[in-house]
Amino acid sequence: MYNGQTLTEKILSNASGRAVSPNDIVEVAVDLIGFHDLTGFHVIEIIENLSSGTPLNPEKLVIAFDHLVPPPDIRSAEIQRFVRDFAGKIKVLNFHDIGDGILHQILLERYVMPGYLVVGADSHTSTAGALGAFAQGMGATDVAATIITGRTWVSVPQPFKVVLRGSLKEWVTGKDVALEILKVFKADYFNGMSIEFYVENPSSFPMDYRATVANMGIEFNADSVLFIPDEETTNFLRVERGYEYRGKFLPDDNAEYVDEYTLELSKVDLLIAAPYSVDNVKSIRDVEGMEVDTVFIGSCTNGRLSDLEIAAKIMKGRKIRSRCVVIPASRKVFNKALELGYIQILVNAGCMVTFSTCGPCIGGHFGVAGPGEVVLSTSNRNFKGRMGSPDSKTYLSGPSVAAASAVLGRMAEPGDMP
Amino acid sequence: MIVEGTVIKLGDRIDTDLIIPAKYLKYTDHQYLAQHVLEPVDPEFSKKASKGVIVVAGKLFGMGSSREQAAIALKAAGVKMILAESFARIFFRNAINNGLPVMVCPNISNVVREGDYVSADLSSGEILIPERGITVRCKELPDIVIRIVDAGGLIEYLRKLGR
Repeated sequence: MYNGQTLTEKILSNASGRAVSPNDIVEVAVDLIGFHDLTGFHVIEIIENLSSGTPLNPEKLVIAFDHLVPPPDIRSAEIQRFVRDFAGKIKVLNFHDIGDGILHQILLERYVMPGYLVVGADSHTSTAGALGAFAQGMGATDVAATIITGRTWVSVPQPFKVVLRGSLKEWVTGKDVALEILKVFKADYFNGMSIEFYVENPSSFPMDYRATVANMGIEFNADSVLFIPDEETTNFLRVERGYEYRGKFLPDDNAEYVDEYTLELSKVDLLIAAPYSVDNVKSIRDVEGMEVDTVFIGSCTNGRLSDLEIAAKIMKGRKIRSRCVVIPASRKVFNKALELGYIQILVNAGCMVTFSTCGPCIGGHFGVAGPGEVVLSTSNRNFKGRMGSPDSKTYLSGPSVAAASAVLGRMAEPGDMP
Repeated sequence: MIVEGTVIKLGDRIDTDLIIPAKYLKYTDHQYLAQHVLEPVDPEFSKKASKGVIVVAGKLFGMGSSREQAAIALKAAGVKMILAESFARIFFRNAINNGLPVMVCPNISNVVREGDYVSADLSSGEILIPERGITVRCKELPDIVIRIVDAGGLIEYLRKLGR
């Protein structure tokens, strides 16, 4: 009998021109290639070292400055100038200078389509899987080679299916779902696998939440994370881009997965990841009362409109006790949040709100953690020293826990507020 | 291809923020990166590795970011090879692309000791510890990967092909 194909196999078969199976190593054509300032200069150094005069494929390339935005030091300004000059020289149309947004958010808003094969010089390229693309982060050499040839190679991962059933409780979001999966499976389990998410009731798990989960796909150490395209995907493309998607990228009904896991969304609680590992997942009650020095709401994980909406709902008419930095993931998100009054509420509450940048997530700037400080962040990693001093402690959460904790100055859920 | 050297052991989940913290990513100079490799784990690591060592580690070596400087820094510091129970996908590719051999070796942390002198055959996947008469089996590397490693990395390999 003919074995059906998973979404992963469909995309990789299409991109390689032959029917693929798990563990095959295949050469694939790439639809989109992305890089940012901090990895971009390295990619360009390699391109220039390898291929003087070789024609490149600038039409597939998306460049967005986000890690060093705005430049915090002279070297960062130099790096951006180097990348900007390159973009001008090879005529990159999809070039986003400082302030446009974080690469992964821009890719979602403007470029990624279901079924695409996306390669980016950043591990969180996995975010593009929210739209049903096969998206992998790679190092500078692989990305440089992909820009030169338009192709790369991938190992076809083992497919694993996760079914999201029912709907979430109030204040629980995509981040809690990602943390719940890390709590159950830990960060080792999905190494070498592709996770295909099937949402039983598409509107119960909106695109922002899908983006958060796909973003955290690299923290699952999955080879890729894909949300099987559904009405929510089609709606997103219609509303955000005015595009009527009538695509064909779906798994076959008889597709075979190595295993399947069903998550009852109504049973997912508000969760946090404690230092220094993303799968060190705990209930808020386990850290109740712990003082929080700084809260960061933003990043490619949780800097989207729904995150700012939740933070604004919680902070409306209140004052924060922790320091709080809020960073929308793109200019589009920032503008929309301004229009809807969220930014005003956050500013009135005492937050520092700024334009799109990765900022403190990588310990770069806009709130680097000092020794002994406790940071509660909506970003994706809490490795030792990730957000600054190796003696600081980063906890990860979704936007509702972050906002409530900022208001109370200690680890808290929205329900704890008077 | 045979790689030999003395073992330095590291634990599970040596992430890329530990291998080379983000504050060093604005440069790609190999010696600069080598000076700071694994600084948060052991500030003396770079000095210890300088005579040429083999790293033996646990699970998910190199997990986290795509920063290629992680592989560059380890190699430039003197790491000749990494044997780990599992690797993060991106780091594994970055290592090969920079001519740093990496092999997946189930359970190796429990067998190999700090200071062991080991000899690794990349094609057969056999790791010998002559002094103790022990052999460890790792997953062998495909020929193409060995050719890339032997050339010193993907760029050098492609340059060779072009000629």
